[in-house]
Amino acid sequence: MIAARGLPRSLEAVGAWTLAVVWVAPLVYCVWAAFHPPEFASRFELLAPLTLDNFRKAWDSAPFAQYFANTFALVTLVLAGQLVLVTLAAYAFARYEFAGREVAFALVLVQLMIMPDVLLVENYLTMASLGLVDTVFAMALPYMASAFGIFLLRQTFKTMPKELDDAARVEGAGALTILWRVYVPLARPTYVAFALVSVSYHWNNFLWPLIVTNSVETRPLTVGLRVFSAIEQGVDWSTITAATLLSCGPLLVAFLLFQRQFIQSFLRAGIR
Amino acid sequence: MTRAKATLYGWLLLLPAFVLLMAFTHWPAIATLYASLHSTPRRNRPSVFVGLENFEAMADDPIFWQVMWNNLLYAIGTIPVSVALALLMALWVNDKLRGQGWLRLAYFTPTVLPMIAVANIWLFFYTPDYGLIDQIARAFGAGATNWLGNPDTVLYCMMVMTVWKEAGFFMIFYLAALQQIPPNLAEAASIEGCGRWTFFRRVTLPLLMPTTLFVLVNAVIGAFRLVDHVVALTGGGPNNASHLLLSYIYDVAFRYWDVAYGATLTVVLLAILGGLALFQFAVLEKRIHYR
Repeated sequence: MIAARGLPRSLEAVGAWTLAVVWVAPLVYCVWAAFHPPEFASRFELLAPLTLDNFRKAWDSAPFAQYFANTFALVTLVLAGQLVLVTLAAYAFARYEFAGREVAFALVLVQLMIMPDVLLVENYLTMASLGLVDTVFAMALPYMASAFGIFLLRQTFKTMPKELDDAARVEGAGALTILWRVYVPLARPTYVAFALVSVSYHWNNFLWPLIVTNSVETRPLTVGLRVFSAIEQGVDWSTITAATLLSCGPLLVAFLLFQRQFIQSFLRAGIR
Repeated sequence: MTRAKATLYGWLLLLPAFVLLMAFTHWPAIATLYASLHSTPRRNRPSVFVGLENFEAMADDPIFWQVMWNNLLYAIGTIPVSVALALLMALWVNDKLRGQGWLRLAYFTPTVLPMIAVANIWLFFYTPDYGLIDQIARAFGAGATNWLGNPDTVLYCMMVMTVWKEAGFFMIFYLAALQQIPPNLAEAASIEGCGRWTFFRRVTLPLLMPTTLFVLVNAVIGAFRLVDHVVALTGGGPNNASHLLLSYIYDVAFRYWDVAYGATLTVVLLAILGGLALFQFAVLEKRIHYR
């Protein structure tokens, strides 16, 4: 009777798992090619020997250590800037009845639609006139005032009882003390969510860093990885896949280890 | 606290973020508009006001029209598929299937990869002769195909990659929405003898409407904003067959250094995004009250 009303459950499970297998297949292949000698890159034998040579080759063919340091610096700088700026702005929007608040908030929301990624030319010219081209700072600066972060945190701050404020104020605490001692600790889950979303976005960001950097000293992993993806290159799959895994490795491992936290964070950020 | 004092404090707190927001979002948007009405400054000729000349040139530029067409096709080809898949994934993950944690992991993992890594991985599938698709095709007796080198297939290759990367991301929004639906609705429906399909069509789907609109708007933004794979893999080629609007802007501005024309094209992009913003504001804000 149940089967007559639609797809039987077991068939659905088959569908779900088939899709899952299709979905991980490209990644599984990538891991396969990276850990096996080149002659097994497209020959799938269960007992093919494992090797780390491809990683060694990839590591030697590009200054990966430097790229890692750059990406790390970029992600840290963006996040640190964002956390400070976003906290202050969200607090203002959530707790101060100031003249022009609605207009200011609307202006902030504009950035949800028109991100700095889109305004490549003018932002490049701005960086050039500031003399910041080819610095980690230039890669990070346009993203520090995150409208998404302000929005997310404002929602969280607004749910907090105002009595906490009043109590703290009676004790003689100033606005910034209250923010730091009361609001920030209570908003911790939101901060974690925002931080994870932000780190994975900027670890993966490509176009703006590509434009605003032009030396090995500042280039992040994604831009460095570009060398490996030109079609005309002599194709050495094993090295390409190893380099690819290498550069998204830390994020991927972090994701696999903390996947529940990651997905919860994205969920939290998704409910707006 | 007096209102004057609140205004002072409020703006002081807002100031650092607001300055950066102005500097890298609002000002460049206005500057783009200004630049689109002027000529590109060259070494011996400073920039002069040219009115709508850049826009006329754009209307006569066959590449512009091709790029717009590509982007439209790309949007039509990726958005419905990835949104439908996302919904299916979310329903399956939310359903108490055995091993749902693994399913969720499988669907979501491509989302944490950079687009450039996705491009590298899929490059292998598309490579002529060597690549996985051609190897499978050979087993069926077909010859080698240069999937990325052929203007007829390259855009579809890009679409497949995009769907693979984005569906899991959109799934999250659906999953969030599904978890908000009270379980007693399903209980009530099953007592009434309502089948699962009917329940999905009459209850779940309408309840997910706001999410669908939200996801759609974000998907359209994504279709115009995310061009990493185009820049890295094909550079828009062959013959501009895989160029999207933003990757064309990148080429015009940073390979040919035609700043004025780059700005003109950016105005078109801003108009599209602005239109979407208005649409979202008019339609979405009226239906969902999340504040």
